[in-house]
Amino acid sequence: MHATDHLKEAERLMTVCNSCRYCEGLCAVFPAMEMRRSFADGDLSYLANLCHNCGACHVDCQFAPPHEFDVNVPKTLAQVRADSYRAYAWPKAFQPLFDRNGLAISIIASLSIAGFILGFVVWHDPLVLTSGSGQFYRLMPHTVMAGLFGAVALYALLALAMGFRNFWTAIGANSVSAGSGTTLWQATKDAAGLRYLDGGGVGCYNEDEKPTDNRRLYHHLTFYGFLLCFAATTTGTVYHYVLDWPAPYGWTDLPKLFGIPGGIGLVVGPLGLLRAKLKREPEMVDRAKFGMDTAFLAMMFMTGLTGLALMVLRETPAMGIMLAIHLGVVFALFLTMPYGKFVHGFYRFGALALYAAERKAERSAKPGIPAS
Amino acid sequence: MQAPPNEVDVLVVGGGNAALCAAIAARRDGASVLVVEGAPKFYRGGNTRHTRNMRCAHDTATEHLTGPYTEAEFWDDLLRVTEGNTDEGLARFMIVQSKEMLTWIAEQGVRFQPSLGGTLSLGRTNSFFLGGGRAMLNALYRTAEELGVSVLYDAPVIGLDIDNGRFRSATIRMDGADHTVRAKALVVAAGGFEANIEWLKEGWGEPAENFLIRGTPYNRGDVLKMLLDSGVEAIGDPTQCHAVAIDARAPKFDGGIITRLDCVVFGIVVNKNAERFYDEGEDFWPKRYAIWGRLVAAQPEQIAYIVFDAKSLKMFMPSLFPPIEADCITGLANKLGLPVEAFEMTVSGFNAAVRQGSFDHTELDDCRTEGLTPPKSHWACPIDTAPFYAYPVRPGITFTYLGTRVDRDARMQMADGGASGNMFAAGEIMAGNVLGKGYAAGIGMTIGSVFGRIAGERAAKHARD
Repeated sequence: MHATDHLKEAERLMTVCNSCRYCEGLCAVFPAMEMRRSFADGDLSYLANLCHNCGACHVDCQFAPPHEFDVNVPKTLAQVRADSYRAYAWPKAFQPLFDRNGLAISIIASLSIAGFILGFVVWHDPLVLTSGSGQFYRLMPHTVMAGLFGAVALYALLALAMGFRNFWTAIGANSVSAGSGTTLWQATKDAAGLRYLDGGGVGCYNEDEKPTDNRRLYHHLTFYGFLLCFAATTTGTVYHYVLDWPAPYGWTDLPKLFGIPGGIGLVVGPLGLLRAKLKREPEMVDRAKFGMDTAFLAMMFMTGLTGLALMVLRETPAMGIMLAIHLGVVFALFLTMPYGKFVHGFYRFGALALYAAERKAERSAKPGIPAS
Repeated sequence: MQAPPNEVDVLVVGGGNAALCAAIAARRDGASVLVVEGAPKFYRGGNTRHTRNMRCAHDTATEHLTGPYTEAEFWDDLLRVTEGNTDEGLARFMIVQSKEMLTWIAEQGVRFQPSLGGTLSLGRTNSFFLGGGRAMLNALYRTAEELGVSVLYDAPVIGLDIDNGRFRSATIRMDGADHTVRAKALVVAAGGFEANIEWLKEGWGEPAENFLIRGTPYNRGDVLKMLLDSGVEAIGDPTQCHAVAIDARAPKFDGGIITRLDCVVFGIVVNKNAERFYDEGEDFWPKRYAIWGRLVAAQPEQIAYIVFDAKSLKMFMPSLFPPIEADCITGLANKLGLPVEAFEMTVSGFNAAVRQGSFDHTELDDCRTEGLTPPKSHWACPIDTAPFYAYPVRPGITFTYLGTRVDRDARMQMADGGASGNMFAAGEIMAGNVLGKGYAAGIGMTIGSVFGRIAGERAAKHARD
């Protein structure tokens, strides 16, 4: 028996799909399904995280609603996927954060921003907040900043790793060589290029049966934007501690070269993804997870926007408040990473690694299919 | 809802592969085209919804095909499955034309699936649509609409004005209102009558009530009937249909591919009296699956049960419904509602008659029965390993053979001689010209695409001249 109704429905659908198999050329989900005859909770979590939600199987399905078989793979797998984020989160005590995730993340972000503003005021003369000096570290000593963010980043890393380990074990990736170098490399390539977010080759389906979706582009902007911002912060830290070269940096220095395009990516990408989400065919949407999805996009967007704003407003009296907001957003981003949509990247990567391993292992012939 | 225009160059009746190929071809040749589909949008396309591949001749392997499939081989296959029930000239013409279709159909936006190394037995002869038949339809509709073809759904044709073999206008019913559309040429690609139980009864009698229809309820053959009543020459056996044995628990209509069962060769098949009635191991399943619908139709109440044991459970493709399961033969009989004693005797009698050799379902092996009537000629293994399983099966009707006679221009022929001035037919409604009997996977789509394109081109030319 399955733990939830979503898993039960997913099993029903996989039974339908496994006796049809018309979609096997579209993505990784269906070939992975074909390697199975029965679907335990872990199998369904694996398939759900392997799904990139491109929608191609839905517009191609002869058994989609209003057909009485009521096959809706993108929606059902989206539900199972979202449930899996909660089920594997570490520690267990924080799993309820997924229940009203949009609200939880909004509150944490607001408190975090308020905390930084208050901190600046309490530790400094409130006037420093609006002095327009352009000096971040007069508001917050660099060591304090680095220490605080280092600590929260380490916590996020630990919680993400523990959650990933739960997922990895549950999907059965331990029992196969999914952690080998070749499969991890294959998964890295598949994830980096979003290989399966292309509707089987023509683009994703979002609003209707026309493959007009640009989610892959916007996802790339978001993901690589995030990586560039991360690189900007890292190089900044290295410059500070290793090269003893504190901020601010010039336009042609690495932190700026990484940070500016990264910030732009983080602004444009989430906007595009949000727009696509709002226009998506309602039939494929899991309404209950709208909060989680949008909270994640909002956090990414805010990180990019406040970062860019801080750069622009650095020499103005708005700098202090802007710094507090930016640091508040980033702090909240790190703190909530293990408890929001952010984990999708890790779980999908894990699923891709298992898929790569299964494909490698698959050598046996399947029963023939008379096409009638 | 959008009202139909009063007049177009080419009116296409139907909404499947053949209809869309005709509409696209006619539009590309400059004609104004209206497609009227009797089904709602979701169910558009008739049997095309449930197809997966098409069979085209090709001289070399391609990205999607593992090897060559020559015209000669295609013809041999067609001759074999139809047992000669084919118009050789027209069939050979279609096979030649099919070569171009692989490119032409791809140019209309249809995508094929790369051949998956050995997982599909048809990887050499047939090209598989990426995402299946509905994906193919979506691509054709997209292309047609981009070209400016008008499409109306829920728009059945309820009357045709045909005068002396010449089409003048059609009456289309939409939202309870009737509209008359005049056209210079007519292409009918409206399928067969497999969903019309009353019509099936004309050939099958009362047993047709127990038939399940594998496609949508919209394949009623109404337009075919109008054409035949207007003097168009019929072709194909009016009583015959393609019938396979499908899961008896399938819905009455549109269960599609997933209710098929590929396990007859692994067990025995009994009727409601628990009696076997045909050699389950006569030949390879792909060569025999199409006779089982007819065999089951001849049994009392048109029901039968495929019975097998634990040894065979994972040897065939899974299907939608799980098999009925029991720990012993008696228990299985009870669950199926079969006479217990008779069922036990049938199974033990079969088991005793099995002469086991080396089982190999990929060849005509030497596992067979001796002294049993009917025999099981291959793959006979005793049914002795619990749990025991059964699938109930009924006849599942895929398509009908009756249609309109056409020539190489896809032009309808008239019963009193001569060709129609401006009426063309494509797809299942004229498949009987080429496929008078039997079936070969993917050939329906070949007939639809080849004659659909020709019908569209000729109709556009007619409208122009």
